[in-house]
Amino acid sequence: MDFQEEKPIFVQIAEYVEDGILSGAYPEDSQIPSTTEISVWHKINPATALKGINILVDEGVIYKKRGLGMFVNIGAAESIRSKRRRQFYENYINKVIIEAKKLGLSSEEVTSMIERGYGR
Amino acid sequence: MKGIEIRNLVKFYGDVQALKSVSVSFSENKIYGLLGRNGAGKTTLLNSITGRIFPDSGKILIDGEPAIENDNAQSKVFMMGEKNFYPDGMKVKDAIKWTEEFYPGFDRGYCIDLAEKFGLNQNKKIKNLSTGYGSIFRLILTLSVNAHFLLFDEPVLGLDANHRDMFYRSLLEKYSEQPFTAVISTHLIEEVAAVIEEVVIIKKGEIIRNQATEDLLTKGCSLSGSAAAIDSFIAGKTLLGVDSLGGFKTAYLLEEIDPTNLPSGIEMGKMDLQKLFIYLTNE
Repeated sequence: MDFQEEKPIFVQIAEYVEDGILSGAYPEDSQIPSTTEISVWHKINPATALKGINILVDEGVIYKKRGLGMFVNIGAAESIRSKRRRQFYENYINKVIIEAKKLGLSSEEVTSMIERGYGR
Repeated sequence: MKGIEIRNLVKFYGDVQALKSVSVSFSENKIYGLLGRNGAGKTTLLNSITGRIFPDSGKILIDGEPAIENDNAQSKVFMMGEKNFYPDGMKVKDAIKWTEEFYPGFDRGYCIDLAEKFGLNQNKKIKNLSTGYGSIFRLILTLSVNAHFLLFDEPVLGLDANHRDMFYRSLLEKYSEQPFTAVISTHLIEEVAAVIEEVVIIKKGEIIRNQATEDLLTKGCSLSGSAAAIDSFIAGKTLLGVDSLGGFKTAYLLEEIDPTNLPSGIEMGKMDLQKLFIYLTNE
């Protein structure tokens, strides 16, 4: 994974694990990789990996089983999905509109492009 | 205090002042990046800690004890230097045995495993190793001694991309299992940026930055737009540098800027560690 400059790495680590949960790679109640595994795999400082994981613990997406590791909570995928839906406008639509305005594209033109994309 | 503490260190080479009253601490169990341009004083600083050179004045404490000519303090430190300090004709396997005798914490099994992983031929004479394998030989020994403080001076010099990758992973694996303090001096900033928790930047014998890597990265940003828009926005702000290409201008700042508060026509980007380093250490 290539990190982007725009976001802190720990945020990207949290999103990376979330993506794994959304895609089903880490099903509910299954174990996610350890901080050490994440750190070595991504070549990042373990403190950064831990900070990313802690975001998910705070949000209740994963939980700690003492002595065993981190596990995916029941309902985690659904809660990530609704969080990302709430952020969809800010993260994606907003950028589309800024670029569209720069190019002089009307709201109708953009809407029709979105419809075209959906129809594919 | 646990860790390495350096206070007002001064070192002259003839008329040239290599270290100008350097004060810096390396705390326990953290990975530091020691960054600086050629001749900035990185090696002089590291060599002073291990007693390979003597500073003209100043103090170095290792876990609170003076470091100079103190065997107990020095036994906690191991430095991977740019050069080998083994007899020329010595074979790799004999150097491993020799190091084992001097360092009680040396992990022979781990050392041999790493040598095999990196493809280091232990029957070769040290003087016959290529630049890359010379570095590999020294970094394997450094990772195997189990000292509290590991100092790496240009650890990846001459290593190919695969071997550099193996080095960072081996370092992090070892660190995760049993934390230690690592100080890594390197020119390959992009590669090490995510590995280091703290960054120390040295310029012409002076420490100009010493902070958490993430903290520095949060503050660095670039603002781009038309020269007129940029000029009016940056008035009164402290700049790291400016690039312009025709009427288009990019300004680099070390300041947290609220992206929702930007005038239209100005785009904000972040700066990576290498870019920040270049602007901070430019003449």
